Amino acid sequence: MPELWFWMVALLLTGWAVLDGFDFGVGMLHRFVARTDDERQRSIGAIGPVWDANEVWLLAAGGSMFLAFPRLLAAGFSGLYLPVLFVVWGLIVRGTALELRSHLNDRLWRSFFDTLFVLASFEVPLLMGAALGNLVRGVPLRPDGFFDLPLFASDEPMGVVDPFTLWCGVTTVLVLAAHGASWLAWRASGPVSERASTWRRPLWGAALVAWVGALVGTRLVAKDVVEQAMSRPMTWAAVVLALVGAGLALANGSQRRQFLGGCGFIAGVLVAVVSSLFPVVLRATDPALSLTITNAASQGQSRSTGLIWWAPGILLAATWLWWILRNFRAKEAPVYGVPKS
Amino acid sequence: MNGALDWHRLQFAFTIVFHYLFPQLTMGLAAIIMGLKALALRPNGEPYARAARFWVRIFGLNFAIGVVTGLPMEFQFGTNWARFSQVTGGVIGQTLALEGLFAFFLESSFLAMLVWGEDKLGPKKHFAASVALFVGSWLSGVFIVTTNAFMQHPVGYVRGADGVFALESVQALLFNPWALGQYAHNQLASLVTASFVVAAVGAFWALRDEHAEQAGLNLRVGTTVGLLAAGLVAFPTGDHQAKLVAEHQPSSLAAMEGRFESGPRATIHLIGQPNVAEHRLDNPIGVPAVLSFLAFGTFGAEVQGLDDFPVDQWPTNVELLYYSFHVMVGLGTLFIGLMGVAALFSWKGWLTRRRSLLWALLLAFPFPYIANTAGWMTAELGRQPWLVYGLLRTSEGASPTVHAGSVTFTLIGFCGLYFVLGLTFVFLVAREVVHGPTTHEVAHA
Repeated sequence: MPELWFWMVALLLTGWAVLDGFDFGVGMLHRFVARTDDERQRSIGAIGPVWDANEVWLLAAGGSMFLAFPRLLAAGFSGLYLPVLFVVWGLIVRGTALELRSHLNDRLWRSFFDTLFVLASFEVPLLMGAALGNLVRGVPLRPDGFFDLPLFASDEPMGVVDPFTLWCGVTTVLVLAAHGASWLAWRASGPVSERASTWRRPLWGAALVAWVGALVGTRLVAKDVVEQAMSRPMTWAAVVLALVGAGLALANGSQRRQFLGGCGFIAGVLVAVVSSLFPVVLRATDPALSLTITNAASQGQSRSTGLIWWAPGILLAATWLWWILRNFRAKEAPVYGVPKS
Repeated sequence: MNGALDWHRLQFAFTIVFHYLFPQLTMGLAAIIMGLKALALRPNGEPYARAARFWVRIFGLNFAIGVVTGLPMEFQFGTNWARFSQVTGGVIGQTLALEGLFAFFLESSFLAMLVWGEDKLGPKKHFAASVALFVGSWLSGVFIVTTNAFMQHPVGYVRGADGVFALESVQALLFNPWALGQYAHNQLASLVTASFVVAAVGAFWALRDEHAEQAGLNLRVGTTVGLLAAGLVAFPTGDHQAKLVAEHQPSSLAAMEGRFESGPRATIHLIGQPNVAEHRLDNPIGVPAVLSFLAFGTFGAEVQGLDDFPVDQWPTNVELLYYSFHVMVGLGTLFIGLMGVAALFSWKGWLTRRRSLLWALLLAFPFPYIANTAGWMTAELGRQPWLVYGLLRTSEGASPTVHAGSVTFTLIGFCGLYFVLGLTFVFLVAREVVHGPTTHEVAHA
């Protein structure tokens, strides 16, 4: 039963990365692919109706983790205290910028929030990627199930941000920027779409190079994870998915197929990571202290009760997303709550 | 400040108080918008539709800030209260996950329909969207209050030898008698905030002699709902809440009233300063026997004082708890008086000419925010020194590896961020209010 929850949480997190991922990519590119006010309206309009719904997957993943693996949430969030709060601040700034930028028809006002939107869209994936790097590399869990890491690896060999995790963060930024370019090329129109199209291939190229670098880094810092992964068919399947996706994202073809290829790449990479770590949910530098689906799971009725509402809840959310995407065929939508002007 | 624990508490208190300024308006406003949309379905209902459009815009701004300031609340369970999460996640993870998935989802999706969809959906479906928004926002409240109710009055759990809580019955958790009372009291209090804001905006336009139709409408709606909600907040829901506290948290009741000695025919104090060092209430003005009656239903009932409890079980800040409670009750009583007079004048059609009363309504709108905050401070300070009442101490819940320097740092960060956020929000809302209720055509031109 904890296995089921492990995969459900993994599914939610992967869904969040794939769906909210392009929102972040659009945010990074926003000031560069869209230059006039009209273009920026279109750039924001391309994620306007979906970004809110996409972020629900993050909340749902966090909630499910709390319900099913409370020790993971407790150890991970408190051990990464500062970076997690920096992510929270980034999400606050980003959400505020998106919601408020169009409320005033004023150049300075919009320029201010556009810049905040761009900066926060870089910051959150950078730290999220570094957090993923920490998960793969392992953290110094203590026997009581908690850990403490310095933010930087300057005096100590290991930190939340060390060369390996920083590389993971940069890789994440590049992948999501490329993903955002694919989305804009497909869903935006006019010059925004054209500029995004020209950025798409160089960005995906750079992202894949960075990813290969991250793989090499993983071999260096977490040899046993890589060896474990080699023996697992599921990891291989996920890697194949990632490679096929990357091929489609780079190749000529319809913009829709290129975007879906990028989705496949991101999902493949994350499933590969998760399946090679299974059943560990938080890797400790001392393997005996690792949190696994067994020792981190909640007791009692919580998980079985959660199942009853979890499935319909996810189904509902997915249906809603599908409905929005269908009814949002027009290439750009009105900006939230504000005249299109 | 005494080590990391106090900083953890201060940061949670600051971020939750700031956050709750927004949901307390949106929950109440969702109910009022639904009412306006229902009235708009009648023939000649266009003024109600116009009022609803204005309030949806205010709702949207509040909702946006409510969502972003809500994020740190969910995260802080893990970052700042890791031990608490580790031990109780199996129980409260349930309600918090439900909140994250359903309620927030319902709200954000149907708010989009309400903002965009009036032309596309037509009046009936647009009204349905307002119902869904109401259900979504009030459902959020259910899950948050049931989580808090578990901390105030734990039910539906079993506790293992290692101290870890496990969920035994989800029905017991969701239908906690404490949650039912607290939810009713809290939702009516949020309706008080929303109705005062609606009335204040009406008063503002009336005082400026503009938007006469909308000013009158908002004053009528605000004062009517305000009188109803202010009354129901006090009785039966507030009264019920007080009886729950008397029964399950007697040491909190004693601290709320600044009562140190036990005895029958307990006095209720309107004013006075708790002197904790000397174990007495200084300069008291009170009414004998009324506290006994309010807490237990008979004038002769025995009410315990703090001296009956070991000091390590006293609420940790008796003074603040005492004042929070008295500010809430004092303001709540004034609200009934103000809204009683204003509603009477409104029904008689005199209100728009009574400038003094309009001024009072305009200036009154911050006070329900203060009363709501004081009410939650009463609940949370009264829960101390426990995180889960009687079972898990607050000092046992904080993150073991996060030291005071880190929390002070992030608290300062939150202060700066929220200061700018607050200024921006006030500017945008003030701009909407000064701009007034635009017609449909202008808003979507």
